[in-house]
Amino acid sequence: MSTKFDAIVIGLGIVGCSCAWALSRRGLRVLAVGDAPIGGGATAAGMGHVAIMDDSEAQFRLTARSAELWMALRDELPPEAAVDYCGTLWIAADEEELNAARSKHAFYQSRGVRTEVLDEKSIADAEPNLRSGLAGGLRIVDDSIVYPPVVCEWMLAEVTRRGGAVRFAHVANATRTRMTLAGGETIDAGVVVLAGGDASAKVCPWLPVRPRKGHLVITDRYPGFCRHELVELGYLKNAHSHATESVAFNLQPRPTGQMLLGSSRQYGVEHAEVEARMVAWVIERAKMYMPLIGSLRVVRAWTGFRAATPDSLPIIGGRDGVDEPVVATGHEGLGLTASLGTAELISAILTGAPTTLDAGAYAASRDFGGHGGH
Amino acid sequence: MGTETREVIELFIDGRSVRVAPGASVAAAVLNAGKACRASVGGERRAAVCGMGICFECRVEIDGVLHERSCMIEASEGMRVRTVDAG
Repeated sequence: MSTKFDAIVIGLGIVGCSCAWALSRRGLRVLAVGDAPIGGGATAAGMGHVAIMDDSEAQFRLTARSAELWMALRDELPPEAAVDYCGTLWIAADEEELNAARSKHAFYQSRGVRTEVLDEKSIADAEPNLRSGLAGGLRIVDDSIVYPPVVCEWMLAEVTRRGGAVRFAHVANATRTRMTLAGGETIDAGVVVLAGGDASAKVCPWLPVRPRKGHLVITDRYPGFCRHELVELGYLKNAHSHATESVAFNLQPRPTGQMLLGSSRQYGVEHAEVEARMVAWVIERAKMYMPLIGSLRVVRAWTGFRAATPDSLPIIGGRDGVDEPVVATGHEGLGLTASLGTAELISAILTGAPTTLDAGAYAASRDFGGHGGH
Repeated sequence: MGTETREVIELFIDGRSVRVAPGASVAAAVLNAGKACRASVGGERRAAVCGMGICFECRVEIDGVLHERSCMIEASEGMRVRTVDAG
C-alpha cells in the first residue's frame, strides 16, 4: 500500500469506527482495518442503548460525556440510525430498590442529568403493561437509542471522504506503529489503535478482557407495548456481579414497534449459538415485570460477546515504554454509549485535542488487581 | 349443521363478509377478497408468498391476535380477520 496513514485503527465496531472518525475529524489520514462487516460483532448484536450510568464516578463521566456527544451528533446522522430519545426507566420492584432509585436520582441531579423518581402510580401510568404492585422507578430523561451498524457505516464513509480508507482484513499482530495482517503484509502508520472488543487480547495478550456472552430476543411489531427503554434495578447486581450466569429484564421499544428483549450475561461460553434455556430465562424474567410479554411473538434471537474487564471500566490509552498499540476496548455492555467519549479521549491522547475527561481512570497502566499481565 | 358438510364458510375480512370453500386458508380468503395482508416497516403492502409458513409475509390479525400467519390457518365460520387494508 503506497498511501501513508497517520493512524491505523483496528476494529470496525462502534468503538473502532468512533476512534477512526474522531481522528479523521482532527485531520489525520486514518486506515480502519478489521474483520468484515462494518459494525459487526458486539456492535451488531447489542441493543443500541445510550445510557448514562452511575456505578462509579469514572463510568458516569465517560457515559455522560458520551451522551452529550451523541446528542450533538444526532442531527448529522442518517435517518436509518433510528435515533430515539425514549429515555430509560429503571424499575424498582420493592421499597429497597426505590430507595436505591432515590439515591441515584440525587447522584444524577447533583451532576446536572435530568432524572425523575416515579412512584407506584406514576410508573403504572408511564408504562401500562408493567405488572401492578411495583414500587416505582427512576426515569433518565435524555437516554436514547440508536442503531449502531448504520452509525459505523456513516462514520467510515466520513473517514474515507477525508482521505482515509477502510480495509477488510484479519490482523495478526501489531506494534505502536506497525500492523501485520494474517497474510503477512505489514502496514506502517504514525500510530496504531487497537479497538477489537473481546478479540483485542489476541493482539495484546496481557489485556484483561474476557468475552461475556449475551442473548437478545426480538418480537414482531407491537407499537406502543412499551415506551421507554425499561431496565430492572436488579440489573445492576446482575451486570456487575461476576457470577458465571445472570439474566436481568431489559426491554427496548424499537422505532418499528418491535420489542427488543434482553439480557443475559455468561462467562466461559465460547460458542455463539443461541441457547434455548437462556432465551427461556430471558423471557421468564421479563414476564415477572410484564406478564403480557408472553403473548408477543418472537421473530428472532441472537447472541454476542461483550468485552468485560475486571473493574467494569474500559481500557483506553497506551502503556509507556511498551511497543504495542494504543488500546480502546473493554467496554462490556457500554460500547455504544461510551464510544464517542472514548474516541474523544483517544483523540486527546494522540493529537492533544481538548477533552474534559480524565484519562487516568481508564488507563491501560492501571491496577487490574492482578488480572493484568504487567 | 350436525354432521352435514358445510358448503361455504363465511368469515369477515376487514368487516366485510367473505365466503370461501371449507378447507380454504385465511390467506386464500384474503387474496380472494382482493386484499394485501400486512405492511412492511417501510409501508409497502405485502401478501402471501410461500404459502407454507416460512416467509411470514402473510401475517394478519385473526380474532384479535396480531401477526398470525394466514397461510397456516384454515378459515372458519365467523372468523374476524384484519389486514393492512382495514380502514
